[in-house]
Amino acid sequence: MRRFWQRFLAYRAGLASGGYVALLAVVALVTFFWPGLDPHQISDTAMAAPSLDHLFGTDELGRDMLLGVLYGSQVSLAVGVSAAVGATLLGVMLGAAAGFWGGWLDLAVMRISEMFQVVPSFILAAVIVSLSGTGLTQVVAVIVLLAWPQIARITRGEVMRIKQLEFVDAVRCLGMREWEILATEVVPNAVAPVLAAGTLVVAQAILLEASLSFLGLSSADIISWGRMLNAGQRFLFNAWWMSVFPGLAIFLTVLAFNLLGDAVGSALNPRTITR
Amino acid sequence: MGRYVLARLAWAGPIVIAIVVATFLIIHLVPGDPIQALVGDFPTPPGYAEQVRKDFGLDQPLSTQLWLYLVNLSQGNLGFSFSNRQPVLNLVLDRAQYTLLIMIPALTFAALLGVMMALAAAPRAGGLFDSGITALSVVGFSIPIFWLGQILMIAFAIQLPWLPAQGMVSARESLTGWPWARDVLWHMVLPVFSITIFYVAIVARVARASVLEALSQDFVLTARAKGLSRRTVLWQHVLPNAMIPVVTVIGYNFGHSLTGAILVETVFAWPGLGNLFITSIGNRDYPVLLGIFLVTAIAVVIANLITDILYAALDPRVRSSYGKHA
Repeated sequence: MRRFWQRFLAYRAGLASGGYVALLAVVALVTFFWPGLDPHQISDTAMAAPSLDHLFGTDELGRDMLLGVLYGSQVSLAVGVSAAVGATLLGVMLGAAAGFWGGWLDLAVMRISEMFQVVPSFILAAVIVSLSGTGLTQVVAVIVLLAWPQIARITRGEVMRIKQLEFVDAVRCLGMREWEILATEVVPNAVAPVLAAGTLVVAQAILLEASLSFLGLSSADIISWGRMLNAGQRFLFNAWWMSVFPGLAIFLTVLAFNLLGDAVGSALNPRTITR
Repeated sequence: MGRYVLARLAWAGPIVIAIVVATFLIIHLVPGDPIQALVGDFPTPPGYAEQVRKDFGLDQPLSTQLWLYLVNLSQGNLGFSFSNRQPVLNLVLDRAQYTLLIMIPALTFAALLGVMMALAAAPRAGGLFDSGITALSVVGFSIPIFWLGQILMIAFAIQLPWLPAQGMVSARESLTGWPWARDVLWHMVLPVFSITIFYVAIVARVARASVLEALSQDFVLTARAKGLSRRTVLWQHVLPNAMIPVVTVIGYNFGHSLTGAILVETVFAWPGLGNLFITSIGNRDYPVLLGIFLVTAIAVVIANLITDILYAALDPRVRSSYGKHA
């Protein structure tokens, strides 16, 4: 564990992005629990350019953009993290079972995941969400559905490698049941690359949610960065700040999770230490 | 080669059928009456919903329905869009032309620019320019492409009024012939540029790796040893070898770039698939949405197929792995 941290800290980009993500989590929690904070609050100064009163300007209803951007971190983090956790759990279960037992199960899981890699996933997501409703639950479910195959493939590969190792035969000789071997001996050893891939899924999920909201496929009552860009699109000619700041928030957050994923992957993989 | 092509075709067929079955499942698994997904929420003439119900056998068992769905699709019947007063298939194929009009130049520029950057950077690996490319590719993976479009529009069409902001032709003039073509080209600049920037990031990363790989090969040393200049080796020996992964990364990212084009179109009000997609979301015109999904998914399968074949044509090692007689 100590060596993990040493390697992790060796990646300055990973450190910076880790700090950014931690800060974002604090912002999301503070805006969630702060009493009396209302990003929906309308003021008389509609579409005001950035100034000392409103650092990021105001939108078409006079709502403060800075407060909106800070508030929007809640949706992005909630959707990103829960979709990544869901996709990772599903992907690990299916991928581990496929890699461990092989046969028709393996064939089925791999063929299905191959199909998901071919279809244009964003279009599929948009079609499903527009048919099934624009709640956050639907959005998370769709992202889980689209993202599990990449986790499953990685888990499968690792499990297939680990199940050949001697210690697996050793615990088998001790009389452990097969599924117990898989769950308590094999999967824990396959976790490292899965963790890195899962972090990258957070980035994809945030980007996907923002894209759906940008197309208007999110509830109008929920404040999210994509939704703000959807509003900004209508006022590009008069209010650049309505697009610039929420988009910058998406970009930085997705960038942070991508860099974090790379750093976690490198730190957990001893072979890449000399870079 | 023939056997390789057949093997890839045998892979594509089941994938297309799987995509159709998946679309069928979406129609039926999503809450609500499947008739809504097939007809949409737009007002339809009386009796039309009943006709569709009969055509797709919605009162029959699920297996019969799936069969009827496959039959209907194979005859090109993707339904009728009442908000556009056109059959869905015609509508989607018609708009796809405009999407390709911005996608093809963008991917071409991205390929050229990405390879140029890789060639410039690779001989000095680890240098400033080289690190810049690595950084650019992470940025490219992280930037929301529609936001990139918005920023370019704010900068080069609104703050600096150099380029037209939206649409495909100037609305106030009715041009024909050459002035019209020039007007369209002028409107293409920003959308094409947005997609190009996005894809340069992906191409440059792959091209950089493959140029580095090619540079370390023995034939480069041989070419240098027989007295060829660095420049000749780079352009005549390294470049052709480094192009193979670039071709595949562009081909396999076809679906990705279609999505990018769709999002960019909504920013620039470009009248392609993206525009159709977003108006159909607004009109709840579900048959059109499903039609766009089906047509793009099948297009992606075809693009992958072409890429595989091109890859094998460019690199003999690939097809030889498919049996000795290939």
